[in-house]
Amino acid sequence: MKRLEYRNVTMRFAGAKGSVFTAIENVDIALDDGEVVSLIGPSGCGKSTLLNIGSGLYAPTEGEAYVDGERVEGPNEHVAFMLQKDLLLPWRTIEQNVLLGTEIRKLDPAASRQKARDLLQAFKLGEFSDRYPHQLSGGMRQRAALARTLAVDPSVLLLDEPFSAVDAQTRIMLQHDLAQTLVKANKTALLITHDLLEAVILSDRVLVMSKRPGRIIDEIVIDIPDRDHPLKRRRDPKVAGYIARLMDQLDIGEHPAQDQAKEPA
Amino acid sequence: MNADRSALVRRGTIASVAMLIVFLVAWEWGPGLLKIPPYIVPPLSATWKEFLRMWSVTALPWHTGVTAFEVLIGFILGSLLGALIGYVLGMSPTAEFALSPYILALQIAPKVAFAPLFILWMGFTIYPKILVAILIVFFPVMVNVLTAVRGVDPDLINLARSFKATRSQIFWKIEFPASLPPLFAGLRIGSTLAVIGVVVGELVGGNSGLGYLLSFGEGQGNTAMVFVTIIMLTIVGGIAYLLVILIEMRVLHYMPKRAAGGI
Repeated sequence: MKRLEYRNVTMRFAGAKGSVFTAIENVDIALDDGEVVSLIGPSGCGKSTLLNIGSGLYAPTEGEAYVDGERVEGPNEHVAFMLQKDLLLPWRTIEQNVLLGTEIRKLDPAASRQKARDLLQAFKLGEFSDRYPHQLSGGMRQRAALARTLAVDPSVLLLDEPFSAVDAQTRIMLQHDLAQTLVKANKTALLITHDLLEAVILSDRVLVMSKRPGRIIDEIVIDIPDRDHPLKRRRDPKVAGYIARLMDQLDIGEHPAQDQAKEPA
Repeated sequence: MNADRSALVRRGTIASVAMLIVFLVAWEWGPGLLKIPPYIVPPLSATWKEFLRMWSVTALPWHTGVTAFEVLIGFILGSLLGALIGYVLGMSPTAEFALSPYILALQIAPKVAFAPLFILWMGFTIYPKILVAILIVFFPVMVNVLTAVRGVDPDLINLARSFKATRSQIFWKIEFPASLPPLFAGLRIGSTLAVIGVVVGELVGGNSGLGYLLSFGEGQGNTAMVFVTIIMLTIVGGIAYLLVILIEMRVLHYMPKRAAGGI
């Protein structure tokens, strides 16, 4: 059974003055159990739309999304998402923030608290569980956000540029933590990123999307071992080849100075 | 950092106390030196004597108590009403759209101008004063709550929704706590405005409260009495403001500490 599946998904939005624009068109994606797939593409190609469809926040115009074999018809227990913003609530301590989803879903409080403590321990945040978000660094906050995502025990994680707001060194650490966690907990994840290297070192496969309307135009299977060790993978000689192929697909490198005008959203 | 702060506090406190002393000295001896008659500016000692007289003869404590009671009740009811309507309008764009011209009109209308009307309706009782206070406190609280509810990051709402939150869970776990800092900013403003509302109500009619003492002192040509009453009003307003700050510090304890000042 596929953990996450998009079947022929098309999404259209009403634009200004009655126009209709197509964000994504005929997208088919399928993720096996425990697979990590990255989605890469130019800005505004509808990557985030796909994520919102997967988490049940948007209903696709055409096609369907399935999680754990069930059709997605709204927010559901199988999926949890994480964004670039940590979205931690300033009035809750770190532990209370991690518990947010479990409280909303009315999961067993004692078991949830134990789980939150274990997650915070695993993310080296154990001694900060009673602090408030503003007392933590950006990297710590992002780890807390990841703990919150995992605390509801989703089978699929949808990650939308989770590390793009932190500095380069912190990002390397966070990538390591994420890779370790995904392998240990055997989670399936769809990761949106702008960082080609990040896509290659964290994933089993990389999907490339076209400009709007977004379509899947390439699929690259990353044939490098040690998916739980992005630091090791970074040094693999195959990485450069994958990145070159991604750059070709994305049409970057040829005209570095040419910036595409932003289409009206 | 801490040393800087304590040095700032020390220097600031010294300067504040020095200013107070200079002010009191100028008040006591300035009018005499500048030949300002006591019916224009009564010196500090005369004002103090008038305070003692008013305390025992004019039932100053009772009038102060009446005003404080009206301020308290008006402030509490006005805040509750403002917050309630703020939340309702914040969560219902349709209601806000439909009501916004009327709310704007009421907000522009000077609330104290309603005082004579309320006295016509309710007589020389405490109710018209409380009503003016409610009306004047209502708007800053409502506007702050409304803006806060509107301003909640949609991604936060989506996060809650992705956890399958119900509408009431989104309100209690996200929107309500997010609105508390602006709510308290509104309450601070409201606590000082409540005093204005009550005083105007008392000035317009009745025979109790500090506003009544103001107009009584004016009628008698007793400048010192007006001075004393203004000071008492400031104290009432100050206590109301301080109470809001105290509650705010308990409720918003998670907020980062302000660099300096506090009030």
